Amino acid sequence: MGSIFTAAPPQSGPGYSFKQTPTTVPEGTRQHGFYPYTDNGGSTLGITGADFAILAGDTRSTSGYNINTRFAPKLFKVGGADSRIVLSVVGFAADGLALKERLDTIVKMYRYQHGKPMSVAACAQRLSHILYQKRFFPYYVTAILGGLDEEGKGALYSYDPVGSYEREQCRAAGAAASLIMPFLDNQVNYKNQYVLGSGEGHALQARERELLPRKDVEELVQDAFSSAVERHIEVGDGLQMFIITKDGIEEIYKPLKLD
Amino acid sequence: MPGFDFSNYNRNAALHAQGVPLPKATSTGTTIVGCIYDGGVVIAADTRATSGPIVADKNCEKLHYITPNIWCAGAGTAADTEFTTALISSNLELHALSTGRKPRVVTCMTMLKQHLFRYQGHIGAYLVVAGVDPTGYHLFTVHAHGSTDKLPYVTMGSGSLAAMSVFETQWTKKLTKDDAVKLCSDAIQAGIFNDLGSGSNVDVCVITDEKTTLMRNYITPNVREQKQRNYRFKRGTTAVLNEKIITREEISKYVTVHELDDPSVSAAAEKMDVDS
Repeated sequence: MGSIFTAAPPQSGPGYSFKQTPTTVPEGTRQHGFYPYTDNGGSTLGITGADFAILAGDTRSTSGYNINTRFAPKLFKVGGADSRIVLSVVGFAADGLALKERLDTIVKMYRYQHGKPMSVAACAQRLSHILYQKRFFPYYVTAILGGLDEEGKGALYSYDPVGSYEREQCRAAGAAASLIMPFLDNQVNYKNQYVLGSGEGHALQARERELLPRKDVEELVQDAFSSAVERHIEVGDGLQMFIITKDGIEEIYKPLKLD
Repeated sequence: MPGFDFSNYNRNAALHAQGVPLPKATSTGTTIVGCIYDGGVVIAADTRATSGPIVADKNCEKLHYITPNIWCAGAGTAADTEFTTALISSNLELHALSTGRKPRVVTCMTMLKQHLFRYQGHIGAYLVVAGVDPTGYHLFTVHAHGSTDKLPYVTMGSGSLAAMSVFETQWTKKLTKDDAVKLCSDAIQAGIFNDLGSGSNVDVCVITDEKTTLMRNYITPNVREQKQRNYRFKRGTTAVLNEKIITREEISKYVTVHELDDPSVSAAAEKMDVDS
């Protein structure tokens, strides 16, 4: 009853029907399977404001129908203790960890060699290069990098697994990205919202987008995750939020549903 | 000769060398359990229905009626468990009418297995059958391919391992009714929290000689939390590109129109469960 679409074994392979069973041994060298990747589920999300950036991620790690752990952080401070850069990774947890270690070392080395902290823009471009370097054996992760830009405004960069990146106001990634992103489009960028009585039909004026205050963003993040937990089986257990301001990085942990 | 039978080993190795894959285990995304006690039988289920990683129904019913004294918990393909139990329920009622006797649990189990075996596992119904009849209390599992088991405590579905771990540590002979209900609901909760295919609430059904009690949402450990913000849109937020008003007079030319509380309308449609 659990799955509406059946969990019956796929009938695509040779199976046990003797009509389809191959009767000859394949010629030449045999290729063996190599599956170095697994998907550990979970979701992440980032939103920026005028003078802050918020990154969030659930703390569940899964494989198949199993929970590996209820607390595996997907959010990492990058570049040492007084850092203002946070990296979030979702997808294959082992690659996420390896990627974070690499970037962390690079940002630290930059500081030692140049005597100043790395800017988020520089770090963002470096991360893109790290990802593209492994173009044909990628880090199986969707990364989001958050911090403050050189004017002190909230900065957010989102990536695909092979290094294509873009600066954005908000982005959801991971298992429940398709559930959360439309909500963000509507509530952060006011997509599909129009100003009352501003015109007729197509002449209607779209609601002007504005930078949201920190409290509103925190609430939106929590609501996005509490909803994702309801409808996605791989999201749950805990919500970790990093709020990056000029004064430092604040961490908030909120429990999520455990089922 | 004691031990395992390896007589198919060489054949299977040869088939595998020719590219025949190993048998695939199927997961069913559910936790269902059953347990016999002194005086009756209890079955229980979680209430999550999934399609892939998405939760399709947060509060579905997996406990199916067969006869007043026989109930069934279903895992596997939703439609298959629903239709198979409904078909056997219907045939058992006719059987009871023609024999003039109360239907037996073994009869139900046999009808289910013969139906499922005929379809060679293509009907993906995995069932826990429980009931009371003149011969006593009975508990069975029926697999989609037609095999059955008769045991004092059973689990099925993707949460079966989590649930069975509870039975294997907590089960004892001579349980009271309350013990059995507690044991079954604990087993379901183990599935709800440790198996991603299972979730939401616990449904329990207790069958005794005297009566059957279905306890829908016996435990609700996963109530949705209150949202932080209010998402009510201001009137006029959505763009209206065109508008057409059909009056009652116009539509009356094609269909009959009744007021909502019209006393002349005899039967109102059955209400469906709706998420609030």
